[in-house]
Amino acid sequence: MFRSHVLICAGTGCTSSGCVAVTKALNAELLKVGLDKEVKVVETGCFGLCALGPIMIVYPEGSFYSMVQPSDVAEIVNEHLLKGRVVERLLYQETVTNDGVKSLNDTGFYRKQLRVALRNCGVINPEEIDEYIGADGYEALGKVLTEMSPEDVIKVVLDSGLRGRGGGGFPTGRKWDLARRLVPNADQKYVCCNADEGDPGAFMDRSVLEGDPHVLIEAMAIAGYAIGANEGYVYIRAEYPIAVNRLEIAIEQARNYGLLGNNIFGTDFCFDMHIRLGAGAFVCGEETALMTSIEGSRGEPNPRPPFPAEKGLWGKPTVLNNVETYANIPRIILKGAEWFASMGTEKSKGTKVFALGGKINNTGLVEIPMGTTLRDIIYEIGGGIPNGKKFKAAQTGGPSGGCIPMEHIDIPIDYDNLIAIGSMMGSGGLIVMDEDNCMVDIAKFFLEFTVDESCGKCTPCRVGTKRLYEILERITSGKGEMADLDRLEELSNYICNNSLCGLGQTAPNPVKSTLRFFKDEYISHVINKKCPAGVCEDLVSYVIVDEKCKRCTACIRVCPVDAITGAVKQPHSIDRAKCIKCGVCAEKCKFNAIVKE
Amino acid sequence: MATKKSAAPFAGTTAQEEQLVRIIHESKGNRGALMSVLQKAQDVYGYLPIEVQSIIAREMKVPLEKIYGVVTFYSQFSLTPKGKYTIAVCMGTACYVKGAGDILKKLYDKLKISGGEVTPDGLFSINDCRCIGACGLAPVITVNEDVYGRLSPSGEELDGILAKYTS
Repeated sequence: MFRSHVLICAGTGCTSSGCVAVTKALNAELLKVGLDKEVKVVETGCFGLCALGPIMIVYPEGSFYSMVQPSDVAEIVNEHLLKGRVVERLLYQETVTNDGVKSLNDTGFYRKQLRVALRNCGVINPEEIDEYIGADGYEALGKVLTEMSPEDVIKVVLDSGLRGRGGGGFPTGRKWDLARRLVPNADQKYVCCNADEGDPGAFMDRSVLEGDPHVLIEAMAIAGYAIGANEGYVYIRAEYPIAVNRLEIAIEQARNYGLLGNNIFGTDFCFDMHIRLGAGAFVCGEETALMTSIEGSRGEPNPRPPFPAEKGLWGKPTVLNNVETYANIPRIILKGAEWFASMGTEKSKGTKVFALGGKINNTGLVEIPMGTTLRDIIYEIGGGIPNGKKFKAAQTGGPSGGCIPMEHIDIPIDYDNLIAIGSMMGSGGLIVMDEDNCMVDIAKFFLEFTVDESCGKCTPCRVGTKRLYEILERITSGKGEMADLDRLEELSNYICNNSLCGLGQTAPNPVKSTLRFFKDEYISHVINKKCPAGVCEDLVSYVIVDEKCKRCTACIRVCPVDAITGAVKQPHSIDRAKCIKCGVCAEKCKFNAIVKE
Repeated sequence: MATKKSAAPFAGTTAQEEQLVRIIHESKGNRGALMSVLQKAQDVYGYLPIEVQSIIAREMKVPLEKIYGVVTFYSQFSLTPKGKYTIAVCMGTACYVKGAGDILKKLYDKLKISGGEVTPDGLFSINDCRCIGACGLAPVITVNEDVYGRLSPSGEELDGILAKYTS
């Protein structure tokens, strides 16, 4: 028995912030003061508040320490663990109130959250199967194998209303049902998991894999039983080394415990799984492309039908779901379809994990019931926009999604509402933009991404996205004309309607949605040749504000093209014809006297 | 996409080739093993020039053009050698809106190379990369396995970071 448990987040966010050194220092310090047998250090998955990493929680008190440095460790050990005095200066400030320390669950960041898919992340040690089992792990698999028929399992999943969390939102139960019934006498079927989280700005799947890898194994085995498959593949990004490593450990442990392999739980059911590493191709998030890639080829999509439920991996019936979808399954089995269906909105049940990023105070990972408003997510959970800036838009759905402007900030977030306003759920990246972001530039950014990632198989996507990008390039460099806006619209619709796979069909969404909600910004670029946010280099010019200028000549000396004239105690001015808009002068000026216009 | 041809001559050793052949033989019987063989081959050689692809084609009895097709399809595979330290600037959306583009430009200026190139001393190469999932720390760059987050768009931390690898 240990008298205290210290949980340290070892997710990618906190690892990047240096949690490894903190853990090392902690273990050394505990040994030094002789507490190593009394205090247990547990490395967990992501707590969600990545902005404040490295993060450490000390139980039983539940003290939440943020931004802990190795140099702080001695104080925590000597004050808190040895003498029982909480180190207040290191506490997450939100938890400190006038009448003492309040629970983490009462803070703005956590209060409106509801953790189903992430329930074990930050709670258990992901590298210990016993901790997962201690948290009801593998109980759902046991129940399914010993008490339920495959049809029962599919019915529960169907009744729960669970929809695919990877983007499209197809009902998971329907998918399983098709894979079970479509090819009656298939000699082989497969269960696949899409862990190739390619949307820039989304990292929920990574956090589940890092924080709770066994939940995926359990859920894939359940899916295998439901559709009649005995082999599974996880297709995971090579860019996620920690996740890959923990999943490998988890698979090995599950095999050793007989939870993967032959005759699981003493039944006839056999199931094993393999990991395949992706090699960096966004299109491999599309289901047919992902399977082609697992087969070892160029990850190009194929026309559907036939759907994977009929002809998938190596031509066999296959079910493919993403990580977050699977992470919900064991809970649904244990707590029932009604419990799950009681959360969320009419057509979108349960919870959704979002990765908050961009111009928001609490960047990190949050899980909320479907139907929460964007306003709650940004202002309550996310803690608002930094530096007192004004909210401009939130981007969801990555390169396939769109921007949600201020006027729609109060809509309840679910699959159908997002589609109605021209965005989509996607995998759950939610990037907040403020008044300093140019929406035309953002559209161009996403198009650059899709041009790069288009696999080239079909013409509408390969050539169409490139032309879209060129038009945006023209507009942002001040060479656009009003007819370009019509061209964008027309070409976008053409690409959506004629591309082979989901990548092309959704690629114009960032353009369509910014045109719909921020047309005035486009017009300003075209007619006035101005970028209102001051982002598009070709449309801004640097000027010296005479009242602020101290005539120190610092800018004159630093200008690489001698575009600034003036002398000590003489007015300075920038020659626009010579200026290359490198911005060095504005950075150099200590008095903020050089501004973009 | 790996499209640039390498100027440096291929300098693979017999030991490397033996290691690669061993990897290929271990993968026999695994369906769809080509991708993982290529990933391991890149670990052995650091990149995948045509010479390495030819060895794989010969040993796996797969047409060279299929291998070339796969290598050029995935962004992880490189046809050119990389620097001792590979700097990757995350260009995911979260990093981009927080100024990753500015940081990339600053790095190009400081190292006097552009994307996919190697410094003349072979020390650094630089790439923009897809979201690495550390969006909470945006903007982020990585130098080999080391991650540096919460950088400022003005790039004031960059000299200090580079100095760690040059001294």
